[in-house]
Amino acid sequence: MSNKLDSKFGQYGGMYVPELLIPALDQLEQAFIDAQNDPEFQKEFIGLLKDYAGRPTPLTKVRNIVSNPLVTLYLKREDLLHGGAHKTNQVLGQALLTKRMGKTHVIAETGAGQHGTATALACALLGLKARIYMGAKDVERQAPNVFRMRLMGAEVIPVNAGSGTLKDAVNEALRDWSGTYENAHYLLGTAAGPHPFPTIVREFHRMIGEEVREQIIQKEGRLPDSIVACVGGGSNAIGIFADFIDDEQVQLIGVEPAGKGVNTSEHGAAIAKGSSGVLHGAHTYIMQDDDGQIEESYSVSAGLDYPAVGPQHAHLHDIGRAQYVSVTDDEALDAFQLLACKEGIIPALESSHALAHALKMAEAADKETIIVVNLSGRGDKDLDHVNRILKEKGAL
Amino acid sequence: MSNINRYAALFEKLANNNEGAFVPFVMLGDPDLETSYKIICTLVDNGADALELGFPYSDPIADGPTIQKASIRALSHHFKTADSFAVIARVRAKYPDVAIGLLLYSNLVFRRGIETFYAEAKQAGVDSILLADVPLREGTPFRTAAEANGIKQILIAPPNANDEDLAAIAKQTQGYTYLLGRAGVTGAEATATTPVHEMVMRLKQNNAAPAVIGFGISTPEHVKAAISAGADGAIAGSATVNIIEKYLDDVPAMLQALGEFVSVMKAATR
Repeated sequence: MSNKLDSKFGQYGGMYVPELLIPALDQLEQAFIDAQNDPEFQKEFIGLLKDYAGRPTPLTKVRNIVSNPLVTLYLKREDLLHGGAHKTNQVLGQALLTKRMGKTHVIAETGAGQHGTATALACALLGLKARIYMGAKDVERQAPNVFRMRLMGAEVIPVNAGSGTLKDAVNEALRDWSGTYENAHYLLGTAAGPHPFPTIVREFHRMIGEEVREQIIQKEGRLPDSIVACVGGGSNAIGIFADFIDDEQVQLIGVEPAGKGVNTSEHGAAIAKGSSGVLHGAHTYIMQDDDGQIEESYSVSAGLDYPAVGPQHAHLHDIGRAQYVSVTDDEALDAFQLLACKEGIIPALESSHALAHALKMAEAADKETIIVVNLSGRGDKDLDHVNRILKEKGAL
Repeated sequence: MSNINRYAALFEKLANNNEGAFVPFVMLGDPDLETSYKIICTLVDNGADALELGFPYSDPIADGPTIQKASIRALSHHFKTADSFAVIARVRAKYPDVAIGLLLYSNLVFRRGIETFYAEAKQAGVDSILLADVPLREGTPFRTAAEANGIKQILIAPPNANDEDLAAIAKQTQGYTYLLGRAGVTGAEATATTPVHEMVMRLKQNNAAPAVIGFGISTPEHVKAAISAGADGAIAGSATVNIIEKYLDDVPAMLQALGEFVSVMKAATR
């Protein structure tokens, strides 16, 4: 059998998984195609996005953090979505697909706990049983999110294998799925992994960009010059990019985590410093040694701490349609504080990376420029962490 | 470099003797390079019909805890792909007739370059390669390199494959067919559940290469049951590696236990 949808983005993507998982991925692809053509499914999905999750999210023009008068900076407020981040969009879509396939259980991985939280809430709402794999280190670091997931009825399973972080949680979720696919759906949390996940996740986040288009035309009468989004696996970025890929005049910029610097060993910039290879079922840019062993990534932001990137980003990079830059921990922390202090919005550390780069662009602009930043999540989950870092630095 | 077909010779000999193949799997470099070589020699000396050798990998998504730990042990000594090939070359020099198969993950092949990897494998004396995370539909570049280098490309036949996929797998697998004993990941804890007879019949109808069953094979009874249900052989991975793990502090005892294990598993194929 072959795929019904294109499984590749240029040379990237594909389905590098055990043969055993192919029937489950084919079933998912078919369910997704059917659902996209089913008005009833669309009605339920859109209804949940609007009345349960709170879409559309606002597009907020910042008042105080941009000093260059030539620049107008907007924030796409995914931080205001139920669950606290964009993640809720696609989780609702995949949870509905789970029910459509007649499956009763959901497997998910989570790093910081945002995708796990979104999965737990969707499963609570739709009557699905969720088991969520989370690196043992992350379980310790993200106690409030672990409690949230458990409160909403999900089982959280700590993963001790490997580095005990997101990468290992994905491995464990894939292992679980290869024995349970008959009644369980693997609800992958980002635009990575084997086909059809990168396509499904993009399409279920596509409304972010579609709303931006409508909102910016209403406010400015034209499309933005640049759209900036952070990239770990790359789901919020592909969600806001997707509707603009054909508008060549709109610059698309993905911001990877530079951690302590891309020239140190502690970063997560898979496109900037990685090379092509296979991880978690997809051919893409990954961080690896000279034999192909996967290297540990690092970022102050757990949601960007992943040693690969979604395959469509790898392709958009290679064909030059999107530019990928990187921002360090310190730059992201500065942007985090600035937005809190000057605009009264506490962003997620992930989204702070995108904001930090947009602020650099704003400063450098020498003509009228409209920039949209995808403020993909809110920073409540990061408060303890940032508090600790700022105390250590003597900044508080 | 010879182009003899060791699998064909093996299965012909076994058929003439009316017995099945017993194929142990171990991880190269586990627990260290020198012990790994001794382990492999012990397996052959005690009756292994062929070898299935793993390359340690950081993210083995098809493996349960036992094989994962074997990878970690090997990698903790900075065991490299070049070391894997070096051990294989020594084994090949000592045992010119035993069929040697590799079971590994695609990124190790991508990183070296597909053509380079297969050429190096051939040079070291490898007969077959099975990539755990390359399904039939991603297989073309690997199959091309395998054919160019005279290496058999082994495919997995999973119990849930539809007729169309199973026919394609049967047509394209070479040397033998890796029949999956059950869903899930590698491990000795859960016993094989695949209706072996039915799967073997489906494969035979499609003229597939001999069916060797793996996943969940840990006792002589499992081997007996697989052979009497029509399989041409059985692979034991986690059960073999469990013995290595059990005797990490006592290599002579490890080798003795491995030797005894292989003897009884092989005896069960007769």
